[in-house]
Amino acid sequence: MGHTDTPTGKMIMKGQGRFSFLVDNEKFLGPLMIAPAVIYVLALVGYPLILAFAYSLSDITVGSVEYNFVGFSTFRSIIEEPEFRIALKNTILFTFVSMAIVVVLAKILALLLVQDFKGKFFIRALILMPYVAPISLGVIGWLWMLDSIYSPINWLLQRTGLFGPDFWPMWLGKPGLAMASIITVHVWRMLPLAMIIMLAGLASIPKDIQDAALVDGAGYFRRLFQITVPMMLPIMLVAVLFGIVFTATDIIIILVLTRGGPYDSTQVLVSQAFYTGIDAGDLAGGAATALFLFPLLLAVAIFMLKIARRSEVT
Amino acid sequence: MANVETKGLEKHFGDVKAVDGVDIVSREGEFLVLLGPSGCGKTTLLRMIAGLEKPSAGDILIGGKVVTHLPPRTRGIAMVFQSYALYPHMTIYKNIAFPLKAISMPKEEIDKKVKWAASMFGIDRLLKRKPRELSGGERQRVALARALVREPNVFLLDEPLSNLDAKLRASAREELYRFQKGVEITTLYVTHDQVEAMGMGDRIAVMNKGTVRQLGTPDEVYSDPSDTFVAGFLGSPPMNLVKAQDRFVGFRPERFLPREMHGESTDVESFPLEVSRIEDLGASRLIYGRLKERFNRHPVVANLPTSFTHYSIEPGGTYNFAVPKKDVKFFAVENGLRAEPISI
Repeated sequence: MGHTDTPTGKMIMKGQGRFSFLVDNEKFLGPLMIAPAVIYVLALVGYPLILAFAYSLSDITVGSVEYNFVGFSTFRSIIEEPEFRIALKNTILFTFVSMAIVVVLAKILALLLVQDFKGKFFIRALILMPYVAPISLGVIGWLWMLDSIYSPINWLLQRTGLFGPDFWPMWLGKPGLAMASIITVHVWRMLPLAMIIMLAGLASIPKDIQDAALVDGAGYFRRLFQITVPMMLPIMLVAVLFGIVFTATDIIIILVLTRGGPYDSTQVLVSQAFYTGIDAGDLAGGAATALFLFPLLLAVAIFMLKIARRSEVT
Repeated sequence: MANVETKGLEKHFGDVKAVDGVDIVSREGEFLVLLGPSGCGKTTLLRMIAGLEKPSAGDILIGGKVVTHLPPRTRGIAMVFQSYALYPHMTIYKNIAFPLKAISMPKEEIDKKVKWAASMFGIDRLLKRKPRELSGGERQRVALARALVREPNVFLLDEPLSNLDAKLRASAREELYRFQKGVEITTLYVTHDQVEAMGMGDRIAVMNKGTVRQLGTPDEVYSDPSDTFVAGFLGSPPMNLVKAQDRFVGFRPERFLPREMHGESTDVESFPLEVSRIEDLGASRLIYGRLKERFNRHPVVANLPTSFTHYSIEPGGTYNFAVPKKDVKFFAVENGLRAEPISI
């Protein structure tokens, strides 16, 4: 050694360009790297959200140019409207019924698919299909399946004799049936993702623990409800949280299948907000309707994350 | 109380025979160690006895009853896993109570039993905690208490000490040994650690490549190995195995000593040793060297006690070492099994 002019030494010297000291500085590099994400969130989530808050506290319409601050009076007036109440009720019904069905079905599917059998990967791929296809296309397919005249479902059920010759339900044309249809399609759409999350949760339980429960004499249901489900609880809660927020803020299925009808029986807050704010031009009313669930969903999110953290394992 | 017996037990994973025809019979209340290198099939064998793996062939008997196709819960066994496998979402109390709840025992009785098992292992004050709040040693005791609480006929332990640090392992070994002698429940103990096996086992089954190579007391498997695998696996350093004619000649390093240490006895086999290296371990010295041309200059090790002070041994020198004739074992070259002695 003692000779500083080694080849490596030269290369290090060459690499030191004018700005390299900036790149080497973590205080500079960190914010630089995270900037795209921050800008994205601020521009496409933060700004519209603040705008929505501002609109909901005003009497602004599509045609107006002035901003008049009116406080919570828009909220007060929409709460009085029967359409809003129906939409609120529908939102809660739609969200909780479909989430309950999704959780139970996803859990059962995951328990079945975690077993070893022939063609397991083929079946898994099939079940993932609804999630892979573009959702609007999938829902248009359902629109056809549930068509009032050409419904293949009705045709099939009639041909197999399950429906009588005069029985031809209008899936999307009767209030109760329409809600049931919407929920079915939504379950169809959410199930693949929920099942994948459940599968991951199942796989994360150490085999030793299942074996220990077996040796300790626990039967299938004791293992399921005292070992598997509690140990999957954190991941299930996170899945349910996302499901609730996603379901309560989704519009595609309703927009494509029923547009909120018949008689507002499938109108939910988001579709209501869309028709009020965009179609009818009442920006303030639309914003207030859309934001009505914001505190509730925020509370749900915080609550779920807290539970998830408390029941975290090992 | 019950003994465990396997008859021609086999387990195949695809083309691999993890367990390849194992016949062992445990005695009632004994501490039987399954010892072997990793991949020798000892854990698979234990899991088959537990009912967690289905045998490909053969039978398992517990207490004289064939249990080969019975589920684990009907076998009257309890198992402690290497990872302890405590239920992370339950308190220690609930962990220990779990096997009792599974047999629908009344609440007061469960309470009594849990407290009894906990006091056996000195973990009474931990009952309200969750497993993640416990140290490794405490978790291991909880796992043992959970196994004990249902008073099984057979204990199956799968390397229960391997996750403890070295210091704790020594005291846990002692504790486990005394506990087993206290309850006198037949125990099958899987380990790859020969110190645990020699120290705790009433008998040791040395396994390799899915078969039991020798089943005997610690002294038998150590001093009287049935083949070259057992001879080479036990002991640190293991038995010297030197080829002579159609035999392997085996002798333990601690019996391979300077001629003077065997006194006036003439019943010894002499091996001049050319010393190449000496390791001073404090309690003893390991002398590495080579035998003469007669044994193809085969490398060997001698384990010399510090009590040897007759003369100093230096690398480069050649010294007259010897082994008592009764401590020299002979193995056939073609299959590694014990063979008739020959004169060398």
